[in-house]
Parts: sequence; C-alpha cells; structure tokens
Amino acid sequence: MNLSKFVFAVYPYIVLTVFVIGCWIRYDREQYTWKTDSTQLLSKGGMVFASNFFHIGILAIFAGHFAGLVLPHGLWLALGVSDMQHQWLAIIAGTVFGGMMLLGGLALWFRRLTNARVRAAGRGSDMFVLSWLMLTLLLGLATIPVSIGHANHGNPEVMLALANWVQSVLTLNPQPELLDNVDSVFKTHLFFGMTVFLVFPFTRLVHVLTAPVNYLGRAYQIVRAKRRA
Amino acid sequence: MKIRAQFAMVFNLDKCIGCHTCSVTCKNVWSNRKGIEYAWFNNVESKPGIGYPKNWENQEKWQGGWTKLNGKLELKAGGKLKKIVQIFANPNMPEIDDYYEPFTYDYARLQNAPLSEAAPTARPVSQITGEKMDKITWGPNWEDDLAGEFEKRSKDSNFSNMEKEMYKQFENTFHLYLPRICNHCINPACVASCPSGAMYKREEDGIVVADQDRCRGWRMCISGCPYKKVFFNWESSKAEKCIGCYPRIESGLPTVCSESCVGRIRYNGIILYDADKLLDAASTDNEQDLYKAHLDLFVDPNDPKIIEQALADGVPQSWIDAAQKSPIYKMAVEWKIAFPLHPEFRTLPMIWYVPPLSPVQSQIDQKNLPTEADGVIPKASAMRLPVKYLANLLTAGKEEYIVSALNRLIAMRSYMRSVNVEGTPDIRPLTAAGIDEETAKSMYRYLAIANYEDRFVIPTSHQEISLDDYHGFQGQNGFSFGNESANGQSPFALFPERRTESMEPREPAPLAAKKK
Repeated sequence: MNLSKFVFAVYPYIVLTVFVIGCWIRYDREQYTWKTDSTQLLSKGGMVFASNFFHIGILAIFAGHFAGLVLPHGLWLALGVSDMQHQWLAIIAGTVFGGMMLLGGLALWFRRLTNARVRAAGRGSDMFVLSWLMLTLLLGLATIPVSIGHANHGNPEVMLALANWVQSVLTLNPQPELLDNVDSVFKTHLFFGMTVFLVFPFTRLVHVLTAPVNYLGRAYQIVRAKRRA
Repeated sequence: MKIRAQFAMVFNLDKCIGCHTCSVTCKNVWSNRKGIEYAWFNNVESKPGIGYPKNWENQEKWQGGWTKLNGKLELKAGGKLKKIVQIFANPNMPEIDDYYEPFTYDYARLQNAPLSEAAPTARPVSQITGEKMDKITWGPNWEDDLAGEFEKRSKDSNFSNMEKEMYKQFENTFHLYLPRICNHCINPACVASCPSGAMYKREEDGIVVADQDRCRGWRMCISGCPYKKVFFNWESSKAEKCIGCYPRIESGLPTVCSESCVGRIRYNGIILYDADKLLDAASTDNEQDLYKAHLDLFVDPNDPKIIEQALADGVPQSWIDAAQKSPIYKMAVEWKIAFPLHPEFRTLPMIWYVPPLSPVQSQIDQKNLPTEADGVIPKASAMRLPVKYLANLLTAGKEEYIVSALNRLIAMRSYMRSVNVEGTPDIRPLTAAGIDEETAKSMYRYLAIANYEDRFVIPTSHQEISLDDYHGFQGQNGFSFGNESANGQSPFALFPERRTESMEPREPAPLAAKKK
C-alpha cells in the first residue's frame, strides 16, 4: 500500500473512528473536562475583535466545506447553481472567511505567545491546536490561487474530484484514485484538515459540540428537584 | 399558589466589626484551589468604597441583573439571542485586574537567603504566572477601614443623588462594613444567563449552584450576576460560586461563614414564599416598590392554609416547623428591620441586611445630636450614617423604610435602657416606632443576645425523598470535581489533566548553609 492510498483511504477511517469514539468517551466519562477553556478573564483586551473574527471565520469555513463537499452534487444543480458558480462562490467565501479567521487567529496566537497570564493558564495542547488550525488555514488559503487558476480555465474538475472523494469516504467506498490528478497543495490541506478531527477529542475543540443552541428555547430559570418524579 | 422553601440569611450590619473571619474561613474551606485564588465567595467591604470587584454596583458599566424592557422583565445585558451572538467574546466580562492579581510571598527567602548586609525580603509572587511582582496595587480588601483617598472611594454608586462632597471632611466621615456572599436569589440572573443550563436553583432549599460537569465556561453568569458573586476558575474554565455550604445545611449546621462569625451578626433560617408570584414581583414597575413586592412574596408559615399548601407542594413538615421559628421571617417580615441588598437589580436576593446604627457618644454627651425622649439615644435622621446612603444600598433609595427600621432599633435600645438602667419601662419610644413591648424584648433577644439556637434554625435535608436507601449512600463519595472517585490512579491521562496545586514559589532561594 502506497502513502497516498493510506492517507486517503485508510487514514480517514482512523480519524473518524477516533473522533466519534473519543468524543463519546469524553462526553460520557469526562464531563468536567468538556469546556471552552476561555482565558478572557486573564486578558480581555482585543478579544472582541480577535475571538469573534476567529470563531466566525472558522465556523463559516466549516459550514462552507460541509456544503461544498458533503452535500450531494445533485442538490446544487437542482438549486440552479452551476459548477462554475459553485466554484466561484467557494473561492469568494473562502477568501473572506479565511481572511477573517487568519486575522483573528493571528491575534489569538500572538496573545497566547506573548501574554504571560494566558501562557501560564494555557496548556501545550492549546498552543498546538491553534497552531495546527492556523497551518491548515494557511494551506487552505494557498489553494485559492490554484482554484482561481482552474476557474479561469472554466475547469471545475478538481473541485468535483474532491467532493466525490469525500463522498466516497463517507459512503464507505473510498476511492483515493479520484485524487490522483489533484494538486498536491490540496492533498496536504486534506491531511492537515483530517488531522484536526483526529486530535479533536483530546483538546478544547470539543466545546463546539456543546454549542448552547438549546438556550434559545429554554425558560430563563432552572430549578432542579431531588425528589423522584 | 406554589409554596417553596428558601434558605435565607440576615446579616446584622450594626454588629459587624469587619474582622474578616467569615471571609477567611470561607476561603480556607471552599476557594483555596488553583484558579480561584482571587475569588472570595464571602468578602467584607468597607463602605463607602468601590468594593470587590471594582465598582460592582455600577450596572451601567457591568450590565448585570435585570431591567424592564418594553414593560417586560429582561436581562440587562440583553436577551438570549444577544448572549449567543456575544458568546465568542463577552463584552461585559470583568478582567482579573478588576478583582486583583492573586499573590503570595516568597517566604522561603526569609529563611534561605545568603548572608547579606540588608535584611532579606519576601517579594510578592503572582499566583497566576508564578513571576515576581514589582508592586501590589490592588487587593481583595484594598479600601479596608476607608483606606485610600476619598476621590477614589467616592466612585461608590451608593452616593447617587447625594451631595457627597461634605463626607470628604474628616468630621463628616462615615463608615460601615458590608459582608457579601451570593444572595441565592429567587430570580437569579446568573441562572438565566447561563447558556448551557449548568446553573440552577435547588428546589428543596433554593440554594443556587453551578453544576461543575455541565458548565462549559461560556462565562455569561459571571457578567450576568449583578453582585459579581459568580467567579470564573481560570484553571478549570468553570463557574464557581458560594454553594450556601449546602453539605452543612443539609446536616442542620449553619454555613461556615455564619458559624465562625465573631460578632454573631449572621442568622440562618428558612422562609416560605409563593413561587407563582415571583415573576410579577421581579417585574414591579417602580424600582422603589421592589422591596415591598419582595416582602409580599413571603407567606405566613403559621397560616393553616399555607401549611396545607406547603405540604401539598412537597415542603416537609420539619421545614415548615423551622419556617415558623425562622429568625429571617421575624426580622424581615414581622419586625421589618432587614432589607435586601440592591433590590433594584430585580433578582430578589435572599441575604438581607439590618442597617447599622452609628451612635457617636461624645456628640450625644455634648448634646450636639437631637435625641429621643430618653435624652440618651439619638434620632435616626441625625445619625452620622446618611439615611440616603443606606437607602441607596438597601431600598433602591426609598428612605422611609430605613428610617422606620432605624427607629425601631433605637426604640428597642431606649426601651431596654429604661428597663435595665432606670428600672421603669418607658414605652414611649416603642409606641413612636410602632412596636410593642413583647416585640422589643424579642428583638433584644435576637439582636443583642443572639443565642446560637436563635440565630440558626436549620432543618436537616430529607434524603428519603430522593433515595431509596439513604443510609446505603453514606460514605460512597465525597465532594469532588469531576468523576475523581471513578478514575482510578493512572500516571497517564488521555484527556487534559487537571492541575490542582495553587501557585507557590517554585524555586526556594539557595540555602545559606550550602552557599560556598
């Protein structure tokens, strides 16, 4: 088995298994460790800019990847979005939100590096995961000129190949050969991106899974009774 | 009508001597762990002063508590959607310097320093970074006994609508201690602010706690609480707060701050209230009517109809018995000498305060102060402590309630003086203050003598309502963070480890004996 086959046909399943089972175990057994690890108490300056840009950027990028890679191709065509429109949409959204995340992330990264209080409160994994996300982002941003090149030639093939590969993995029929003609910058980005999910259960990233959406629907006051119903 | 029991306290400010024993015992029991070195679940402030954290009472700055928005009760910092939008960076979050940077001292240096001409010093060490600090510029009680210049202390929000300049003069200076803990509010803003639903009010005793497992550290409770009594543990990223010493309460013991109070100023007891009316009470239009609305929530524990309803709503008989003997009910409802702290925050707080008197003996002796009929005890309105200030603190600025309470306290003293000194009871001051002899004697017993069994009327919890075999549960688990008892002992942790030890100086100075 060559490296390409391992990374694009075996590694995704290792990642998914660790991601799902790791999060499950941690949620089940280690609720106390499931948290945001906010350091806003220790250093508030600039957080309204940095944290908002970073979070809005990364969440929008995730949503974009989900829409473009996981949702079926036919859905987009049925909505009347042609492949080229789709690709330009991805390029523009990726540039805007990638730029936001880059600015916010850099501010957070320097804060974590230079603020003595934040550094003391943080763990090694915090710095690692932020750096890894930023590297993944830089690789992602590096694919944009390549994509623009493809788009200028009216060629959506690479985009479609990536989506098809993702769907082949998710339908348990991995076809790494789909990526044979894809530029290596995309492949490197894929590896870094997949690895985010591998480390996900062991870092603070888990807090996104408990985003408090149900707050919107609940009553303000909560009373818990010991009494058995 | 839905009757609920609430564990409540009264602090008699008239007797607080500002010794901080409550703070220290609480700190040693509950908040001496890494990450909350800066947090004082119980602290004692010197008023007037900006307090801890700085200017906590100024809700224009912190946006804590509730407000009326288009006739509806709403969190002052904004509703649920706004909270979600602000979740990446809470704009109302206090910073550690608003409390103070926690510090210890490099004490080892005093013993281990090498021989030198100058005496060795123990320099302060930050308990966050472990670095030496050049200078400590703020602490948990920086304004103790009116320390610091008046200019800074007069930023105190309770001076609103007051001509404060005159209190700058030494002759007019006034001072009171304000011990503060979580108010275990009936309408808690921290619970309402919590996006993950980790904060909750206990049904059986109304104590407000933060579920350590459920808390994700979204930090909205920290800014939501107008009293700033929910703290962010920067190590665990969880909200931590006063737990009303519930393990003690459940066993019928007073809280550790109350038990250790040297001045015997703290009263613990049960009060029954109508939970169906709480929203209406908190939504009262005029801020100055909130105290009255709050008072109207409480129900008479001796009324047979109330007792029947309470039993139907699951309040145990022993709790009703305790409510009937409650010192809280006596002081708040019967005698009306205790008041909630800042009712205008609309959280319906359940730690109430007896306002302090401030007699100045030499002034009275020189006949500079107008006195009651006995010629000994000064009139409330002539006291050194401005009634307006106390009213801003306790009744949203309405002075008549405070004056009435002070008059009752004074009348009780005057009456007891006539009994004990003159030997002939003089009930004129009592009549003027609207209380009878029996009440005055009872007030004397509770306020002046303050026996342990009068101060603390705490029914034990009823484990049998939640557990089949409540004896079987004994000894199974203690108080812990996370599932520690289930973890076993392993040197390697898959998920992030907890660092438990608070920051202490790591590098002791070289031993003098070892040097050269």
